[in-house]
Amino acid sequence: MQEKECKIVRVISQKPLTSDVYSLWLDVGEMAKYVKAGQFVSVYSKDGSRMLPRPISICEVAKATKAIRLVYRVVGEGTKEFSKLVSEDTVKIMGPLGNGYTLSAKKAILVAGGIGIPPMLQLAKELKKVEKTIVLGYKDSQTFLKDELERWGRVVVATEDGSVGVHGNVLDAIREEGIEGEIIYSCGPTPMLRALKAYAGEKGIEAQISLEEKMACGIGACLACVCQSKDVDEHSHVHNKRICKDGPVFDAREVEL
Amino acid sequence: MNTKVNLAGVELKNPVMEGSGTFGSGAEYREFVDLNKLGAVVTKGVANVPWPGNPTPRIAETASGMLNAIGLQNPGIDVLIRRDIPFLKQFDTKIVVNVCGKTTEDYLEVVERLSDEPVDLLEINISCPNVKEGGIAFGQNPKAVEAITKAVKKVAKQPVIMKLSPNVTDITEMAKAAEAGGADVLSLINTLTGMKIDIYKQDFALANKTGGLSGPAIKPIAVRMVYQVANAVNIPIIGMGGIQTGEDAMEFILAGATAVAVGTANFNNPFATEQVAAGIESYMRRMGVDDIRDLIGKVK
Repeated sequence: MQEKECKIVRVISQKPLTSDVYSLWLDVGEMAKYVKAGQFVSVYSKDGSRMLPRPISICEVAKATKAIRLVYRVVGEGTKEFSKLVSEDTVKIMGPLGNGYTLSAKKAILVAGGIGIPPMLQLAKELKKVEKTIVLGYKDSQTFLKDELERWGRVVVATEDGSVGVHGNVLDAIREEGIEGEIIYSCGPTPMLRALKAYAGEKGIEAQISLEEKMACGIGACLACVCQSKDVDEHSHVHNKRICKDGPVFDAREVEL
Repeated sequence: MNTKVNLAGVELKNPVMEGSGTFGSGAEYREFVDLNKLGAVVTKGVANVPWPGNPTPRIAETASGMLNAIGLQNPGIDVLIRRDIPFLKQFDTKIVVNVCGKTTEDYLEVVERLSDEPVDLLEINISCPNVKEGGIAFGQNPKAVEAITKAVKKVAKQPVIMKLSPNVTDITEMAKAAEAGGADVLSLINTLTGMKIDIYKQDFALANKTGGLSGPAIKPIAVRMVYQVANAVNIPIIGMGGIQTGEDAMEFILAGATAVAVGTANFNNPFATEQVAAGIESYMRRMGVDDIRDLIGKVK
């Protein structure tokens, strides 16, 4: 039953992928056994003045070596501290948290933007046998994880500045390239998810979208990270699902964005 | 060694509970904490009907603390009675139900509904800064504090804890008013109203604009207020505000608190409550103290 753990783990290695995106491998022990694509971990600062853990999605899990990989962007002092971790350092984490994606055998489109891209790697690996197209949206030519994702399926890139692939966003790429599928798996900024929810509705296909919000406890107790849900939630019997516990992945039809 | 303390006739095996709202009803933290090791578990505030709470973002980190404006989202008393109380009854700990409301009638409805339930203490939240009518309207005026306390005491079957706001000029006035109204216990402090601006978005960090500041940043204020109130009233106090360790808890106890609550620390360390209880014991051993009661209010 005790699948979640909160403990200090060892850093295997870390390297930058771009000027502000880092790739961190952690030796997490038994925790690795339970990790599913789309789940996240809470990462704690060593600085006591930063009380709240940072929720970071799991990019990849290596069950054989009991390791997980986090790919994250430096956005503030907490993530800046994490970016300085080197091999054999330690860091406190809690996980795996949330529910992750529900895999289907249907022909898939994996759509992600910016720092929503990392969880697509583990997802693409778990969808190894499924026919799929991976659509990635970046700001510019710093196309982190693109080469690694290409090993698992056809990748189509859109960039805001037009430096690589389609000039525009992921939906422009889907339309321009005529990409089709029976299910969408997605993670990225809210405007992108909103557009995808509308697109999936238009096409009458299922879309699983991963949401984010400021979190405190990470386990469903504090009610900080709620989203508006169509149905009454099981916790408070209102229309507020907890992103950390009921999500972060939701059926797009379930949530209002 | 004795760590038992008494709150209005209710004996707690140790002085440690958690701050309402930081721990749900214990179910989520059960994976990390043995609830049997806590003096009491305090539920998230419950109203007569479900409350949806505030829009997001509801929290923001600040130096050594955080702001929250959850807005008392809760499932209402029916679900608490059906789901949360039976869950907590499985454990050898005392149950404190935190009650919130928009009107006196709301509070009284919840208190009456709890009269036949196996609940040990009621904590009346008259100090939430994040909901206009959700308590604070009652908590900043001594006359209103006394009136709501009296009204609750008239219908309550369990001892009543009044939870006080620090967002007042003189907290001892509110404490005395609660005591005059018949309160059995006081708990303090609730959060301090604060604000954070996101300078890049040039907007408020919280959708509610303001939120309640908690965490180690407010601990010295909380200790000071517990000390002042302990010297102003003759009823026991549950002290809270930034407690992370047994040493922190001891400051509150020495200042006059009979029991303590651990809140924001749970987010930084899910084992915090149990560790605070163990930390109090190791302090007592180190100082050669046999009975925790000898330390309550020892610093005059």
